[in-house]
Amino acid sequence: MSNKHEIFEKNSILLLVAILVVVAIGGLVEIVPLYYLKGTIEKVDGVRPYSPLELMGRNIYVREGCYTCHSQMVRPFRDELERYGHYSLAAESMYDHPFQWGSKRTGPDLARLGGKYSDEWHRAHLKDPRAVVPESVMPGYPFLATTELSTKMIADHLKTNRMVGVPYTDEQIAAAAEDVMVQANPDKGDVDALLARYPKAVARDFDGNPEKVTEMDALIAYLQMLGTLVDFTIYDNKADFR
Amino acid sequence: MAERHIDELSGTETTGHEWDGLRELNTPLPRWWLWIFYVTIVWSILYWIAYPAWPMVSSYTKGMFAYSAREEGLKAFEAGKAARAEVGGALQNASLDQIQSTPALLEFAQGQGKASFGDNCAPCHGLGATGGPGYPNLNDDDWMWGGTLDDIYTTLQYGIRSGHDDARDSGITGMTAFGADGILETDQIASVVNYVRSLSGLETDSGLDLAAGQTLFIDNCSACHGEDGKGMLELGAPNLTDGIWLYGSSPAAMIETVTNGRKGVMPAWSGRLDDVTVKSLAVYVHNLGGGK
Repeated sequence: MSNKHEIFEKNSILLLVAILVVVAIGGLVEIVPLYYLKGTIEKVDGVRPYSPLELMGRNIYVREGCYTCHSQMVRPFRDELERYGHYSLAAESMYDHPFQWGSKRTGPDLARLGGKYSDEWHRAHLKDPRAVVPESVMPGYPFLATTELSTKMIADHLKTNRMVGVPYTDEQIAAAAEDVMVQANPDKGDVDALLARYPKAVARDFDGNPEKVTEMDALIAYLQMLGTLVDFTIYDNKADFR
Repeated sequence: MAERHIDELSGTETTGHEWDGLRELNTPLPRWWLWIFYVTIVWSILYWIAYPAWPMVSSYTKGMFAYSAREEGLKAFEAGKAARAEVGGALQNASLDQIQSTPALLEFAQGQGKASFGDNCAPCHGLGATGGPGYPNLNDDDWMWGGTLDDIYTTLQYGIRSGHDDARDSGITGMTAFGADGILETDQIASVVNYVRSLSGLETDSGLDLAAGQTLFIDNCSACHGEDGKGMLELGAPNLTDGIWLYGSSPAAMIETVTNGRKGVMPAWSGRLDDVTVKSLAVYVHNLGGGK
């Protein structure tokens, strides 16, 4: 009977170090390669950092815990492809911090929600989901339409995202507060400049209230762009089979 | 190596560890259990060989079968489409009228349309397509943009004010906001609304002059809704005489409509849904009861 393990049993620090080494092997093999393998994030055209208004909408989405019931990841299964559309690409959430993947769905997946419903539907649905979907169990968020959007922190949000790798430029950060207002109120600013900074961004009065820019504007702007950046009619599936 | 020691009471060998006179029995794992454990190790090695497994420097080991979850998912998706194509493949090439007049095609289009309606259209129009405030009832024969098969198909494909270049009212003008844009005064709006109410026999306010309302209507509304108020399909201007009110028939709702206008939006479905599905939806909606 070998007693070599005595050395671990009698030296708790050594045991701790040994445990860390063994567990780290799993991490090294499973996590580290994702950072250096070039194929981790597919090369596709169209994905850009969120516009400031979309980013604020995303922050509201996270704040209200939408992710506890809604995932944003269409998995490559027939039923999901039939219902939601093309499976999600890693590239589509490469600027997400944190990402919104998942498979636990009390509500439907939202990865391809953009453009599926009108702004008016979203307004009615967010205020009182049962007004449009009688069988819904989603809570209402009527306060979004009356809460004015604060742009105080938006430049800092962009900067913070840049620290974790989202390529926001100095120009984008400087214009952030203005871009929020222009995207929700296209009549009151330079939409072309916004589109130059954020291609394919849609500028309109999302909450139907031209008087003020509300949290409803931000959230609907975000929901309406989900899954719309990649043009799947020109995307080559075979290049990224895995 | 400690001395072998057999526990007297149980007759089992001990591990040789001793704590204050207490010894630990060495009871080995059952053989069958141990062998299953070894088999799982062998299995994992076979798995590494067969399936994508180990990360390398610039890629990863793809495995003998070059398995891809994405490819498999797409294959299953295409297979599903192909299975439907066996029965309904003719939908792809058939015209809407041909589908309508061929029972086998019609039955299939109806089934597919119903399934797709529940997922894509019901959130606004309701499961029974009865609509709601702002979302038209599709069972009746009142159509804002036309109720023929082709009209419904076009509306489904490109939507209404959807941002698509071919959408209905693609310029997104919608109904003019007569009050907000300063075209009509508050009392004029009340007057014209009163007249419009009279067109479909709704209760009118006897304190307001119908003739004055009519003059306002002819001057401001008839360009789109027609002098008789029966609407114009090409403009998406609804018939105001049929007693069907998309945004409600209360005077307050109607005053709101004239004051701030309406810009109902329907999304474009071409691109999101394949053409066979959009065709099926057109046929399904047409056959809900109101198709023309």
